[in-house]
Amino acid sequence: MNKSNTYIFIYSTVMVVLVAALLALAATVLKPFQQKNLEIAKKLEILHAVDKGWDAGSADNKNKYVESEYDKYIAKTFVLNPAGDTIADRDAFEVDATSEMKKDSTVRVYPVFLCTKDDGSKNFIFPVRGKGLWGPIWGYVAIGDDMNTITGVFFDHQGETPGLGAEINTRWFQKQFLNKKIFDEAGAYISVKVLKNNEAKIPDHSVDAISGGTITSKGLEATIFDSMKNYLPFINKHKQ
Amino acid sequence: MSQLFSAKNLKLLTNPLNMENPITVQVLGICSALAVTVKMKPAFVMALSVTIVAAFSNLIISTLRKGIPARIRIIVQLVVVATLVIIVDQLLRAFVYDVSKQLSVFVGLIITNCILMGRLEAFAMANKPWESFIDGIGNGMGYGWILIGVSFVRELLGSGTVWGYPIMEKLGVYTIGYVNNGVMIMPPMALILVGVIIWIQRSRSKKLIESK
Repeated sequence: MNKSNTYIFIYSTVMVVLVAALLALAATVLKPFQQKNLEIAKKLEILHAVDKGWDAGSADNKNKYVESEYDKYIAKTFVLNPAGDTIADRDAFEVDATSEMKKDSTVRVYPVFLCTKDDGSKNFIFPVRGKGLWGPIWGYVAIGDDMNTITGVFFDHQGETPGLGAEINTRWFQKQFLNKKIFDEAGAYISVKVLKNNEAKIPDHSVDAISGGTITSKGLEATIFDSMKNYLPFINKHKQ
Repeated sequence: MSQLFSAKNLKLLTNPLNMENPITVQVLGICSALAVTVKMKPAFVMALSVTIVAAFSNLIISTLRKGIPARIRIIVQLVVVATLVIIVDQLLRAFVYDVSKQLSVFVGLIITNCILMGRLEAFAMANKPWESFIDGIGNGMGYGWILIGVSFVRELLGSGTVWGYPIMEKLGVYTIGYVNNGVMIMPPMALILVGVIIWIQRSRSKKLIESK
């Protein structure tokens, strides 16, 4: 039906104001719940990097379970300056590694989490950030007391293709990283390569890529290499 | 109550499942059928979300249909769909975080699903709210069963699992030399499978075959 211009203007104005109010209301009311979810998800990702917290799905109270596990295993956290020195009195959990990566490399701070496992072994957990094919990929790499051997990893992604690149968040893929080393015998920084079948494997420094997920695999390789490089000053200090 | 589910209304529900299927007959919403059918779980939640959004946007547009100025009706429809999708997305994030993480960008893509705009334009603008609501559910389900069917085949043959359960491994077929078919997880395979469904459907109901 044809309506006057005035009617159309009033109609669209009212509609836009109503919709804006509705969406603003929904966003405000739901925000605390969403933030709690994000916080729990982050704690769970950190725990997964040291192979903990896998019962979260079956726990009666997921949030409570994750928080108690986190408090139990993550004994200490560090916030580092670019030189690898600890900045006093800061909780690494409050630092958002993704937004730090966007800053200039001279003013960044880097969060590190220290996990003490049941057998007393110490694991340093380093956040890694980068991009895959469709969007960001992120994760945590845990390194043992020798500051060389990988004791666990966890990766996730925002929008990689299910069945292909998205496989980086599966345990079979992540288990390949166990006991790989980031330095070679001469002490040079190598990190871990993600290689296709036809590429020559490097013992201790390579894992199998995902078929059909080449760009994600290469993105992950770069993510680990570039992120871990930032922690080298800290790692070298602890090695001695 | 009997009036609410009259034979005519039931047809609105069942027609899109077969003779007026949005994917195989009207060929709408193909893009998301390719994108989310590698695994069954996201396909199912996608089908459910589309059904909910289709039903409620149809309901809202149909209720407002007499007041909507014809010249800006597409914009109004888009605003209603977008608002609903954003609210669904926000609710998923707040209360079922794990599911929302699985669907990631696909929830937002519901806004661009041609089935929604198609039904709003073709049905909700000209019919009563209840009929429109049923029509939305019917079309959502018609879209959904194709998605779930295609994702079942692709997940089974491509990844060897059903709903994430490693059925091929449990059957022990890998030990006798069976390997997953990598082509199944590639997007073109979804198109071929949809083509197979269309072929089967047309060979069964000759009415759908256009005369030359």
